[in-house]
Amino acid sequence: MNAKQFEFLRHILKQYSGIALSADKQELMELRVEKLLKEQRISSVAELCEALSRQDGESLRWRLAELMAIQETYFFRDKTVFSCFTDTILPALIERRASTRHLRIWCAAAATGQEPYSIAMALAEMRAKLTGWKVDILATDFSEEALMKARSGVYRQFEVQRGLPVTLLLKYFGRNGNDWEIRPEIRQAVSFRQQNLLHNSMRHGMFDLIFCRNVMIYFDQETRAEVLGRLTQQLSNDGFLVLGATETVRGMSEELGPLPTPCPGVYQHLPYQTGMGEEELGYLGPEPQGRLMRRPAVKRRYI
Amino acid sequence: MKSCLVVDDSPVIRKVARRILEDLKFSISEAEDGKEALEQCRVSMPDAVLLDWNMPVMDGISFLVALRKEQGGDRPIVIFCTTENDIDHITRAITAGANEYIMKPFDRDIIESKFHEVGLL
Repeated sequence: MNAKQFEFLRHILKQYSGIALSADKQELMELRVEKLLKEQRISSVAELCEALSRQDGESLRWRLAELMAIQETYFFRDKTVFSCFTDTILPALIERRASTRHLRIWCAAAATGQEPYSIAMALAEMRAKLTGWKVDILATDFSEEALMKARSGVYRQFEVQRGLPVTLLLKYFGRNGNDWEIRPEIRQAVSFRQQNLLHNSMRHGMFDLIFCRNVMIYFDQETRAEVLGRLTQQLSNDGFLVLGATETVRGMSEELGPLPTPCPGVYQHLPYQTGMGEEELGYLGPEPQGRLMRRPAVKRRYI
Repeated sequence: MKSCLVVDDSPVIRKVARRILEDLKFSISEAEDGKEALEQCRVSMPDAVLLDWNMPVMDGISFLVALRKEQGGDRPIVIFCTTENDIDHITRAITAGANEYIMKPFDRDIIESKFHEVGLL
């Protein structure tokens, strides 16, 4: 693969997935392109680039982006986040939604389904507190291939051994040949839909809780700000946005502020009329004056 | 430093497990069957036991049942590590007092994840 070809492939990747692959990742690109060549029975990189640039190369361009997207995930990835979900976020939402008894949760980068199913299992473990509640879990990803696996709910042995306690394996999985299959009650708790975060996602409506972890780190600053803007629009006034533990919205959003530890990477709309100031929330972003004008004063309670 | 007793009749598995667990800062002792493991536990209870199921002389599940009856035998965290991967075996292990269960083949990630799960890391 020569430099010009790499540059061209990077451009397509960026366009279709938002992933801004750095210039030193040619080796990774070559590895995935090799797979694409084999799969599509194309004999050379030059031929591939030619096919990709044709007008009818849409599905091929899409497939390149899909193959390059990073899919590393496992059940209950990052225990801190799930403790925060069950100990902090859910109790707060249960209290605030006591009258409607309806929660909407969105996993915006669900990949092969481990995250939404972990959420569904965590909710099932708390079912005593959620009797009579309706909880929607929407799981979206831009890769149809990933979604197909997610929908099947079937996982290899090594996949159910990373992050998933054996007690939950016994409770929520059954055998499927050499693999493990998630039980219908958990699978049915999640709906899967295709969604590219680069495109408008408003059709999915508003959410009380949005998970979008470790995705935007692959985007450049501009794309990150755009996607974050859309997610913020779809987050209810007192909802929670969960990013990767090391991700920050600083410099990209004036509307969101972080929750204090032990909830790294969790954000809410900034307070307007509330007893708790930003300092107490641990917010270190820009000075809040302007925002006070922009949004209606809503009584919010922070946790 | 936490201690872990690796119980497996295969010297290869013991060596692999030792290498991974030493990297995770455990002090390792080894036993090649349940009986030998039980004798070691009577001298000194380890913090953790990584336990194979099928072994000569005394198998893993018999060892676990016996261990839990020993004085102080409720203390070690026991993680099965076996090729037995059906629901019946896993259920039996957990019922007998195992804390976690690893289905072979395993790798560093799985060991780390499971040890993390039970609070050993």
